[in-house]
Amino acid sequence: MRNRESSVVFKVIMYIVLVLLAIMSLAPFWIMLMNATRSTYEIQQHAISFLPSTYLKSNLQILLGKSFNPLVGFKNSLIISVFATGLSVYFSTLTAYALVVYDWKLKRPFFRFIMGIMMIPAQVTTIGFYQMVYKVHMTNNLLMLILPAIAAPSMVFFMRQYMYPSLSMEIIQSARIDGAKEFYIFNKIALPIMKPAIATQAIFSFVNSWNNLFMPLILLTDQKNYTMPIMVSLLRGDIYKTEYGSIYLGLLLTVLPLIIVYLLLSKYIIAGVALGSVKG
Amino acid sequence: MGKKKNSYAKWGYIFSIPFVAAFLVFSLYPILYTAVIGFTDLQGLFQNEVHILADPLKNFKDVLTAPTFQTALKNTVIIWIANFIPQILLALLLAAWFTSTRHKIKGEGFFKVVFYMPNIITAATIAILFKAMFDYPMSPANDVVMTLGLADGPINFLINKNVSRAIVAFIQFWMWYGYTMIILISGILGISPEIFEAAEVDGANGWQTFFMITLPNIKTILLFTLVTSVIGGLNMFDIPKLFMLGGPDNATLTTNVFIYNQAFSGSYMYNKAAAASMIMFVIILIISAIMFFFLRDKDEEEAYKIEKARIKKFKAEQKALKKAGKEV
Repeated sequence: MRNRESSVVFKVIMYIVLVLLAIMSLAPFWIMLMNATRSTYEIQQHAISFLPSTYLKSNLQILLGKSFNPLVGFKNSLIISVFATGLSVYFSTLTAYALVVYDWKLKRPFFRFIMGIMMIPAQVTTIGFYQMVYKVHMTNNLLMLILPAIAAPSMVFFMRQYMYPSLSMEIIQSARIDGAKEFYIFNKIALPIMKPAIATQAIFSFVNSWNNLFMPLILLTDQKNYTMPIMVSLLRGDIYKTEYGSIYLGLLLTVLPLIIVYLLLSKYIIAGVALGSVKG
Repeated sequence: MGKKKNSYAKWGYIFSIPFVAAFLVFSLYPILYTAVIGFTDLQGLFQNEVHILADPLKNFKDVLTAPTFQTALKNTVIIWIANFIPQILLALLLAAWFTSTRHKIKGEGFFKVVFYMPNIITAATIAILFKAMFDYPMSPANDVVMTLGLADGPINFLINKNVSRAIVAFIQFWMWYGYTMIILISGILGISPEIFEAAEVDGANGWQTFFMITLPNIKTILLFTLVTSVIGGLNMFDIPKLFMLGGPDNATLTTNVFIYNQAFSGSYMYNKAAAASMIMFVIILIISAIMFFFLRDKDEEEAYKIEKARIKKFKAEQKALKKAGKEV
């Protein structure tokens, strides 16, 4: 009897903690969403409101009347993220395929090498990378943010771990007997088998690329090349100093695509996080 | 046959070429270049001739003795610790709850989705959102203070060094506890359920199970979390850069913001920035190596032994139970 009582108390405490944490995780987004629709005057009176107001349109007009241009940021971020994700997913799978399917002399050292460079933080390369790009006059070229995605060591590692049990050598052998070329086998047989792993990695690669601030901030100096995170940093400037409603709206616009994608794919994303830890 | 195998082996090399080429051009060359720049006098926008310094280690000495760098290093460590300890403790607690067989949590999926959400949102946006939430004179934080009558007037939170630092640490904690929780849950779910059943048969309570079985069995995952968090923490940039621009009075200046400021905010001291990058790289390498060394062999072996003993015990008990069942 006592045991059951203490169990009920425990459960109540547990749910209270969980609900409080949920509120903590959501509150900033809720405040942002509500204040995006409220006037600066309303926000100055009470900065927290549980209900929206009617100033969305005027906030938008003030926001777009200055240097903030979400469409340009959206376009550039989309270009970089889509191509970087495509390249890193394709070439990581290809590299993993080389590590799984073929027997070559340097295979083991190469795999060990990939594990070794997984931990290198990208920031270590910054100054040299900037100088290199600057010397070839490509600082405002989006390609410089896309091409490095071809070499993604941790993704190669993940793809290899996934490919080992799921790709059978018999299928490859029989395709070879039918006269298929190696590239053809990779594209038509291996890639489809890897679809679940590719989907998971693509989501994370896309989100990372979309959210990246450091490299774009260093390389892109021309306003027409700004990505979404750089665009966001404009909201911190003096030009929006007192336009609270517009600032919240600007912040909202930069994360709205992400929030929508997250709500649609959350199940897969969370499964992907869990998978990544076990395998990587 | 042997000949044929060889003809396929070449495809291993061919398929690795794009990766290797991209790595050489976009990673290895920049790293070596950064290291070299650290020994030179490369400064300013239009410098044509670059020389190795008479004292090649001068930049490194300058950076290490610069009070700003020391402050940045200190801040980075403080902010990381202040975020990681509560984060890992909360994540462990939540992971234990979510994997508990005694209490099924309703809405488990909902809570996971909500807790993980801050992690996926652009850090740049979050930094400015929190800046707006603690602004002076009017902000959500001050709204709470005024409504509850906690102070006579609005408080300028962000002018206080410790408060600013604490908020940066909180943002990091807030962004990452859900991620860490999911990683730990998957680690715990990876433990063989037989071990837990054996513990239950032995009459272990929730706490005992957690400390004697769960924790030792997820050491590898904990190590993974620790290493990735340390590396991420030492590279902290977006939040401190955009939240208070490293201020007030350098209170939220991290080493990565320091490196950025040296090279890219008007001072063009590429050599100093490169030296600082290399110093951070070495620190990261040393810390990772130490953690791997301490947490690896010994404990994994021990955990394996415990697991084996448990399984053995469990099997014996199962046999005994079956026997007893038959007799009844």
